[in-house]
Amino acid sequence: MGKIKVRVKINGKERSDEVEPRMLLAHYLRDVVGATGTHIGCDTSNCGACTVVMDGKAVKSCTVLVGQANGREIKTVEGLSQNGKLSKIQKAFLDKHGLQCGYCTSGMLMASYWLLKKNKKPTEEEIRRNLSGNLCRCTGYQNIVEAVKYASELIEKEGEEEEVVVESQ
Amino acid sequence: MNGIIYVIFIVSAMTITPSVFEYYTPSTMVEAVNLLEKYGDEAKLLAGGQSLIPLMKMRFASISHVIDISRIEEMDYIKEDSNRLSIGALTTVDELGSSVTIKNRYMIIKEAADQIADPLVRNMGTVGGNISHGDPANDLPAVMLSLDATFMVQGKNGGKEIKAEDFFVDSLITALEPNEILYEIRVPKMVKRQGGAYIKHKKSAGDFSVAAVASNIIVDGDGKIIKVGVALTSVGPTPIKSTRAEGILAGKKLTEELAAEAARSITEESDPVSDFYGSIDYKKKVLRFIIKESLVAAYKRAKEAQ
Repeated sequence: MGKIKVRVKINGKERSDEVEPRMLLAHYLRDVVGATGTHIGCDTSNCGACTVVMDGKAVKSCTVLVGQANGREIKTVEGLSQNGKLSKIQKAFLDKHGLQCGYCTSGMLMASYWLLKKNKKPTEEEIRRNLSGNLCRCTGYQNIVEAVKYASELIEKEGEEEEVVVESQ
Repeated sequence: MNGIIYVIFIVSAMTITPSVFEYYTPSTMVEAVNLLEKYGDEAKLLAGGQSLIPLMKMRFASISHVIDISRIEEMDYIKEDSNRLSIGALTTVDELGSSVTIKNRYMIIKEAADQIADPLVRNMGTVGGNISHGDPANDLPAVMLSLDATFMVQGKNGGKEIKAEDFFVDSLITALEPNEILYEIRVPKMVKRQGGAYIKHKKSAGDFSVAAVASNIIVDGDGKIIKVGVALTSVGPTPIKSTRAEGILAGKKLTEELAAEAARSITEESDPVSDFYGSIDYKKKVLRFIIKESLVAAYKRAKEAQ
C-alpha cells in the first residue's frame, strides 16, 4: 500500500513528509516531526491531551488522520512561547496553578488558546463548556478555569502576542 | 462511536492504529461517487472522521479504501429559502450550532448540535456523518425525524430523496447503498407557531446519552396542536420516530397531564437494552421524564414563536 505526501505548516514552519495514510496526526507530530509537547492520553478521542489547533480550530489530533491535515496550518503547544518567553496563556496557567502533573496541560492550553481567539472575554460558563473535551485528573478544574479567566484579563490589558512567523526552509 | 461498541472497547485490549488502507481526496462529488463505484464494499467515506476513525483504530472497521470527502467544497453550506432549510452534509457540527439562521429559527437543531460530544469533536464532526453513520446514539437523526427532514443522496445513476423515516434501517445500517453519498439534509422551513426542543440525558460531559428526545410542535392561534413529531435517541437499534404522538396530542392544548400521558405511551414505543448506561427499567424511567420535558418545552416555544 502506498504512502502519501503531506505538506503542513506547523507553528509557522512548512514541511512535507511521506507517510502512511493510516498515521494519526498525533503520532505524526510526535514521531515524525518530533514535537512531543502534544501528548497522547487515552488515544480514543476522550481526554483531549492531544489537542492541537488546525486551521484555527481546536481538534483532537489522535482522531485526525495525517491526510486530513494535509495543506493545513497546525499550531501545537510548542508554538505558544516565543524566544523562550511564555505566552500569556502559559503564564496564566503558571501563576494560577492551573496544573499539577502536567499531562493534560498542553491540550488545555491549546483548547484555551482556541477559545480566547474566538472569544476574548469568555464567562466562566463559556470557559467550562469550551474545555469540556479536555480531562484533568489532578486539579478539579477550578484553577484551570481561573487561569483562563486570568489569561483573558492579561490579554485585554497587555494585548495578544504576535504570531510567530517562520520562513519556510 | 456506538454506545454498545464503546463498552466492549473499554474492557477489551486496545489496538490504536487503523489497518492499512489507500487514501483518496476527491474534490468533487462526482469524483467521490466514481471512487465509491470503483471500490464498492471495500470503500468507506470519511467526512470528519469522528466516528469512523475510532472504529478503525479499534479495528472494528477494517477498510481498504478510505475516501476523504472533507475537501468537497460544494457540500458545505447552510441555506434557507421560502420552502426549506438546506444543510450541506459536510457542514461541521460546530458550524451548525454557531449558525445564526439555526440559532434564530431552529432552536431544536442548535440544542442538539451543542450537546454532541465535545467542542473539539464538533470542530471536525459533520452533520452528514452524524446522520449517515447510523448510530442510534447519535443526536441529529432523532432531530431530523421529528422535523420530517429529507436526505438528498447522489449515486452513480443520479440523485434521489430518502425520507428521514425511511433512512435508518438498523444499528449502523442505513438506506444508503455502498455507492451513494448523502450530500444534503432538507428540513421544511419553520412556520409560524412552530417550536422544538431536544432534551438529552447523559451520565457525564461529552458522553453519549442514556436517552434523548426530540419534539417538534406546531400550534394554531388558540394553542391547539396541529402537528407534532417526536423521536427518540439511544433507546433502540435505530433512532425511533413515535407513531403515537400525533394521535394522542393532535387537536389538543398541551397540559402537564396530557404531556405525562403522551410520555407514558411514547415510552412504550422504545426498545432499549440494558448496558453501561443503565438497565432497561432505568432508561424507560428517564425516557418518560424527558419526553414530557421536551414536549412541554417545544409547546411553550411553539406558542411563543412568531
